[in-house]
Amino acid sequence: MMTDSTMPAHAPAATPETQAQLLPFVLQLADTSLILAHRLSEWCGHGPILEQDLAMANIALDLLGEARSYYQYAAELEGKGRTEDDLAYLRPAVEYRNPLLVEQPNGDFAHTIVRQFIYDAFHYHLLLQLQQGPDAQLAAIAEKSVKEAAYHIKWSSEWVIRLGDGTDESRQRIEKAIRNLWRFGGELTTSTSTEQALQAAGLVPNYTALRQQMEAHVARVFEEATLPVPEGVFMQQGGKDGRHSEHLGYLLAELQYLQRTYPGLQW
Amino acid sequence: METLELTQEEQFQARIDADVRIEPKDWMPEAYRKTLIRQISQHAHSELVGMLPEGNWITRAPSLKRKSILLAKVQDEAGHGLYLYSAAETLGTTRDQMLADLHSGKAKYSSIFNYPTLSWADMGCVGWLVDGAAILNQVPLCRTSYGPYARAMVRVCKEESFHQRQGFEIMQTLCEGAPEQKAMAQEALNRWWWPTLMMFGPADADSPNTEQSMKWRIKRFTNDELRQKFVDMMVPQAEFLGLTVPDEKVRWNEERQAYDFGEVNWEEFWNVVKGNGLCNQERLQARVDAWEEGAWVREAALAHAAKRAGRELAKSAA
Repeated sequence: MMTDSTMPAHAPAATPETQAQLLPFVLQLADTSLILAHRLSEWCGHGPILEQDLAMANIALDLLGEARSYYQYAAELEGKGRTEDDLAYLRPAVEYRNPLLVEQPNGDFAHTIVRQFIYDAFHYHLLLQLQQGPDAQLAAIAEKSVKEAAYHIKWSSEWVIRLGDGTDESRQRIEKAIRNLWRFGGELTTSTSTEQALQAAGLVPNYTALRQQMEAHVARVFEEATLPVPEGVFMQQGGKDGRHSEHLGYLLAELQYLQRTYPGLQW
Repeated sequence: METLELTQEEQFQARIDADVRIEPKDWMPEAYRKTLIRQISQHAHSELVGMLPEGNWITRAPSLKRKSILLAKVQDEAGHGLYLYSAAETLGTTRDQMLADLHSGKAKYSSIFNYPTLSWADMGCVGWLVDGAAILNQVPLCRTSYGPYARAMVRVCKEESFHQRQGFEIMQTLCEGAPEQKAMAQEALNRWWWPTLMMFGPADADSPNTEQSMKWRIKRFTNDELRQKFVDMMVPQAEFLGLTVPDEKVRWNEERQAYDFGEVNWEEFWNVVKGNGLCNQERLQARVDAWEEGAWVREAALAHAAKRAGRELAKSAA
């Protein structure tokens, strides 16, 4: 599924200022993939059927790979000799820039699916645009990752449809998951000041257009799932500026504990 | 007049002796079928339960590279479980039945997964020792007499040997690292050494199924033969790492050209097999919970598939 590009056809050459702005953006992408990978990996060995254990580990692994590419690029942009592990393991929660959605707990399988689907609907369309962008490194990472994201969105869409148009119980559960998680979807396409500056420089896609693509995708899948698209939900914000929900602190305590206990070693 | 025809059983044994693979539609003794269902399903269950002790460390792995490797490994294990359940199903059982037997405690899984993973070095030991023992068990199974099992094992062994090298590499990195990392590696080896030796099963004298399994060429080596091979392979590797195996009796025997080693604690072995290991309850409960809590998901998938099929039928009739 291709969408029209919202990137300018001839992006102006990036200035040193926009390059400096690129670092927080790339870190945000990295943190987002890492945190969602972490959540999915918590399912390991506890999925509803072996095939889905395999699928969730697979998606987690893809996202972790994507996170590593972004962290490596971020470390390069920063130019202070930090590594992917320094960036993942030694930054406190207030420096993490992932949107609130991806740090939400797994809940039941319906919660995991709804979280994944909302994110995939954004992620897939974002990557389609980023791969056409003027920043060669970001475009290359997006080109690799979009192939994986196309698989993820197929998986999560199919499960939204199965659960929405399955049994009474599955429908009740997915409706509850949608009620709980919908409020985190808006942040994905709400630009931060960093993103606005990068959009103006043509390095980041137009988020208004991206939101339309994302909403069209969600509407299509929800229709097939016989689920109504919620309206008038107040959208929470903050994760991309480092203001997180209470869940992230615990997640990072677990993720970072070995590096914090034994700093500066090779593993 | 005396018949020269062989009985079915004799024909079967003649094929085994000639190293001809037995395939799903071939005649086989009922006991052969049952032994294989027991062994293959136990093997599949071990892959499934084996995801838990390693899954325990994915969220805490100390680097992104190690985390990726561990996730990939656990994903492979789920895949091995799928191959093996399929192989077992060619013998006329179902995955649902095998899982029901696992959940009721009727079917076993490898005793090793009832030990807890307490430090990061345990991921090294599980890869290096536990997968090392698994490979010694499994490589001969690539030539086992039942075709679907043998073919599944060829695929499993390729991936498994990759995991084993990665496990060794974790140990090597720890042993070449800071003193506290090396201490972590030694402590983990102390805990995993004996349980790994138990993975080969009871001593030959106490292994009632061995003789028949050897005759049917389901097994190619006895438990004690494989255990000896394992010790001979692992003691030099531990020395290379600068670690000590927790057995004062380990000594090279020039005459036997093999290592002598101490006696396994069989009381502990039988206790773990009977369900009294530290993690038996948690492991089984985790699997039962996953199955029960996932029931509504599986039901939804079935209900949706039926609705979709119904709609397509209606469409084609219109």
